[in-house]
Amino acid sequence: MQALSATPLRLSERRILILKWLLHGVSFSWVAYVFFTAVTDQVAGDPVDRLLHFTGMGALNLLLLSLAISPVAKRFRAANLIKLRRPTGLWAFSYALLHLATFVLFELQLEWALIGTEIIERPYITVGFSAFIILLLLAATSITAVRRRMGRRWQLLHNWVYVSAPLVVIHFYWSVKSDVVEPVVYGLLVLVLLYVRRERLRKIFRG
Amino acid sequence: MRLKSNKTVSRLTDNDVTDERTYLNRRQLLKSMGFVGAGALLSQSAQGIGWFDDDDENVFERRDLSFTQPDQFQINDTVTPEVKSTSYNNFYEFGTDKGDPAENAQDFTVDPWSLTIDGLVEKPITLSYDDLFKRFDLEERIYRLRCVEAWSMVIPWIGFELANILQQAKPLSRAKFVAFQTLYDPEQMPGQRSRFVGGGVDYPYVEGLRLDEAMHSLSILSVGMYGKTLPPQNGAPIRLVVPWKYGFKSIKSIVRITLTEQMPPTTWNRLAPQEYGFYANVNPKVDHPRWSQARERRITTGGLLARNRIETQMFNGYPEVAPLYSGMDLSRFY
Repeated sequence: MQALSATPLRLSERRILILKWLLHGVSFSWVAYVFFTAVTDQVAGDPVDRLLHFTGMGALNLLLLSLAISPVAKRFRAANLIKLRRPTGLWAFSYALLHLATFVLFELQLEWALIGTEIIERPYITVGFSAFIILLLLAATSITAVRRRMGRRWQLLHNWVYVSAPLVVIHFYWSVKSDVVEPVVYGLLVLVLLYVRRERLRKIFRG
Repeated sequence: MRLKSNKTVSRLTDNDVTDERTYLNRRQLLKSMGFVGAGALLSQSAQGIGWFDDDDENVFERRDLSFTQPDQFQINDTVTPEVKSTSYNNFYEFGTDKGDPAENAQDFTVDPWSLTIDGLVEKPITLSYDDLFKRFDLEERIYRLRCVEAWSMVIPWIGFELANILQQAKPLSRAKFVAFQTLYDPEQMPGQRSRFVGGGVDYPYVEGLRLDEAMHSLSILSVGMYGKTLPPQNGAPIRLVVPWKYGFKSIKSIVRITLTEQMPPTTWNRLAPQEYGFYANVNPKVDHPRWSQARERRITTGGLLARNRIETQMFNGYPEVAPLYSGMDLSRFY
């Protein structure tokens, strides 16, 4: 993508650090607060439903945010904004992990036989679980030392993030009963994020 | 927070009706005084979003009802706290989030109301708001409510048997089905105004029962819960309760009951026929295509850590309705 801004937007190391801690602070305290109200029975309706929805939407929002970072950094020529990409991706994974954990621990309440059949037999859960596996692999290989050791294969693996985002949106679309407006809007956002890196995606698919 | 505002208002109601009326009209008053500025406009438009709810928002006023408590309907299951069953609702006319109806329905007008029973009957009936509470003796029935989304509640309804009113209307021998219709009033129901709020449902919401299902003594028209009239988010002023069927059959805020010869269309069946049938009997052996119906989470108290996952019972634990379906393949007629 072309850099449209005339002058590079220089963000000082300090600014980046502040943004990082803002990300950590908001991501952690928000989910901690929601879990606290759920455990102490302060949620208006069903605490499990509230948590599933909150962690699911949180994971999707954070994943899209992590995908928006490099286009934004290029457009505004703010190269060190890229430093926020890994922590954002890791928070997306953390929310996805809490989402899955809520489903297994509180929705299915550790009924193992059902957990297996639900993941295999319910298409929307299969799709969501596949997206989770991708995020899990990306998170597990996000450490710098692992990245170095993997060499070229690291990038090949991390290209799978472009598969995970549409999977998450399909999972969302498939899980609602009739109110498809919100999932459709998210689908469009994913298309935009993939479109701005179409050159890159073309290269990936050509091999 | 909602619990708190409920309490505040019941106190207000006890104080002085005239005062509250003035209070409810405060925006009108401000406008007439020429005080309407950007702030007022903002607070109006923010209502649908829910981020900037003002704490002094109006809460629907509920009356105490008098009723009997027949023993056979006072069951042992723990009753769901009122604050949960009145703040966790599927009533897409007021928004698709579970909290939307409690938030958006508080200004709903139920008096005057008109409920018509017509179609294949000898004597069509029209009930006014007062008739809903006076025409029949009211009784309390504690029923299990099983949602198709695999959660359940236990709710003390107040109402009368649907059969009572159908008998007064005298169904013709040709009548085979009963069709129900929710109020259509886009001015009051934001979900009917915009498909973005109402989840793409084709309104008005309609439901139906076979006549023998409607005449069964478990089928009731409810006008209250927890000792008082219904709040709007639960279907004020009158709704159907059919405890052996999934919750979406129990249509809310009914304005019309029509006896028909043909099976009437039903809203969720029209939206997704492969997922929601006409019968929609609670059945642990017939899964929803996207999730299992074998178990349910019972919403009572205890928060997140409550071990509330229980087996779903056939006909939601009302085996007395089984004869209605003898000889029917319930996996085909789901």
